[in-house]
Amino acid sequence: MNKWRNIFLAESTLVPLAAILLGLLTGALAMLAGGFDPLLAYQSLLKKVFGNAYNFGETIRQITPLIFTGLSVAFAFRTGLFNIGAEGQFIMGMLASVYIGIVFDLPAYIHAPLAILAGALAGGLWGAIAGYLKAARGVHEVITTIMMNWIALYLANYILASFLVPEGKQNSEPVKETAVITIGWLSQMFDSARLHWGTLLALIAAVVFYVLLWKTKLGFELRAVGFNPHASEYAGMNVNKNVVNAMLIGGMFAGIGGACETLGVFHYMSISAAMPGYGMDGIAVALIGGNTPLGVILGAILFGMLSFGASGMKFGAGVPVELIRVVIASVIFFVAAHGIVRYLLKPVLAKQKEGS
Amino acid sequence: MDWLLTGSNLIHDTIVFSTALIFAALGGLYSERSGVVNIALEGMMIIGAFTGAVVTFFVQPFFPSPSTVAPWIGFFAAIVVGAIFALPHAVASITFKADQVVSGVALNFLAAGLSVYLTKIIFNGAGQTTTLSTVFSKWHIPLLGDIPYLGHALFEGYPTSYLAFALVAITWYVLFRTPFGLRLRAVGEHPRAADTVGINVKRMRYTAVIISGALAAMGGATIALTTTSNFSHNTVSGQGFIALAALIFGKWNPGGVMWAALFFGIAQAIKSLVQIYGLTAYVPIEVIYMLPYILTILVLAGVVGRTNAPAAAGKPYETGSR
Repeated sequence: MNKWRNIFLAESTLVPLAAILLGLLTGALAMLAGGFDPLLAYQSLLKKVFGNAYNFGETIRQITPLIFTGLSVAFAFRTGLFNIGAEGQFIMGMLASVYIGIVFDLPAYIHAPLAILAGALAGGLWGAIAGYLKAARGVHEVITTIMMNWIALYLANYILASFLVPEGKQNSEPVKETAVITIGWLSQMFDSARLHWGTLLALIAAVVFYVLLWKTKLGFELRAVGFNPHASEYAGMNVNKNVVNAMLIGGMFAGIGGACETLGVFHYMSISAAMPGYGMDGIAVALIGGNTPLGVILGAILFGMLSFGASGMKFGAGVPVELIRVVIASVIFFVAAHGIVRYLLKPVLAKQKEGS
Repeated sequence: MDWLLTGSNLIHDTIVFSTALIFAALGGLYSERSGVVNIALEGMMIIGAFTGAVVTFFVQPFFPSPSTVAPWIGFFAAIVVGAIFALPHAVASITFKADQVVSGVALNFLAAGLSVYLTKIIFNGAGQTTTLSTVFSKWHIPLLGDIPYLGHALFEGYPTSYLAFALVAITWYVLFRTPFGLRLRAVGEHPRAADTVGINVKRMRYTAVIISGALAAMGGATIALTTTSNFSHNTVSGQGFIALAALIFGKWNPGGVMWAALFFGIAQAIKSLVQIYGLTAYVPIEVIYMLPYILTILVLAGVVGRTNAPAAAGKPYETGSR
């Protein structure tokens, strides 16, 4: 019992929880200002998520890519890098998997894994470019990854329009049946919600994330560079190599996420003027999850529920779905400015110190 | 095709497209020169475009069409709201020493969500504002504007374009010829030294971030009040990030930023030209879209010249720290 109390009151859990509450509160204030009933809205959100099997399944579908992009951002964070490029890596993963899925003719047990692997490689390479520029040229990864996101968007549109999309259409051909990773029987259980093997892969990826960082020499070096690059260098580690590795592996997580989205959910890719948005939400997920694998999963569940449930708020309380972006923005803001949260929590934390 | 006319149109369009980029990039310049990284330019532009469009919409009935008072009121409202919107970024990154990039990301999210949320509330669920009946009209400058070709290219622009170019000169003067500018740069290069000689580092940075929000909002408002005549979720669509690229490409200098913004503006102007003349078979449109971002990376990588960011950009300052 005491142990649970300690976990709950530890600052590392208390701050994100307070940030979530403050975020929901900000959303409630925005709703009051707009003349809506916040309690009814949040209730409708939950009702949407848990109301029926289909919506619950679709919520899981929404959570899955967020786990991948969250892991991508968190992995780079552990090496002291800020990966704003999960968005672009995700797009490259989608593109590569759809390409393999459409162009190749292979048996299912090779085709789907190959398409996912291609997604991982494409995302990984896209991340590694930013890592290389940081290591070899000292270019800040925040700027390069932002730029790489836009390049990915337009490059994908170009390749889609030139090779994969029929003349005059917006969507590519569907991928071959053999590359599809949707789980038919599970989807039927959930009233044909689009459930796929990607969710399982996401959980496996979280385990890989943990093992890689905390149980291998590579992970030890990555974390050491994140803590103190100078000390790591002095200890004989190759900082530059680790920077590239961190971005490569981080990019692979996002790339697999993109591959699973096309192979599991849509089975095609569209020419799009806007980014899918999962990469940017991944930043929020990683931040709220404290860059730990378990935290990322919990964060993805939270933001996935909020994003998917938003349409319930529209239906039940008339609140425009964009409100949920305000809530997510506020949560990120309060996690970033944890000084504000600490300031507000001062009485609680002081009491805790007295008690111990 | 008459190449003189084409050239004249190209320059004309370039200036139209560059105006918003110049405003926003100058905004970024103030903030980053003072040591606060600002990737929230996009969000600040969105808020500016939203405010400009909405306020103009509500005041235009009082100033019927030939009058351009309404868009000016919208424009100034955008400046004020942009300055206020920048405040959370300042509070988080200066007072509470938050990660400036994360705080910027949060602001971009907030602007995208809040603007459409409010638009839907104000316009009964519509995702965009009603099209404005009065927006800025082009100024034909007497005599100069009558010069064949050159007149149309340079002296028949929107008033906000002239303002943007004036602000380039003003910013240069403020930064390099006034005590305020010296202090601003000192705070961004070596805050400890600035603190030692009695400059209030935090107050300087607050001022810079607020100016930044006001300028970026002008950039957003100019899009809504000249080219699109309304506000929707894709009015700004990434131009804040192109402005960020222009800031870096222009090496954090007012003149450089202006040329960079003009260069990226050409990319957009060519885009419409390429479409008109059906040249898309030779130059894929996506390549033109990508160009600003690729060039920025090349510049940063030192393939095309070298850049030096303000030394203290991104680092929170603790008063009295060593």
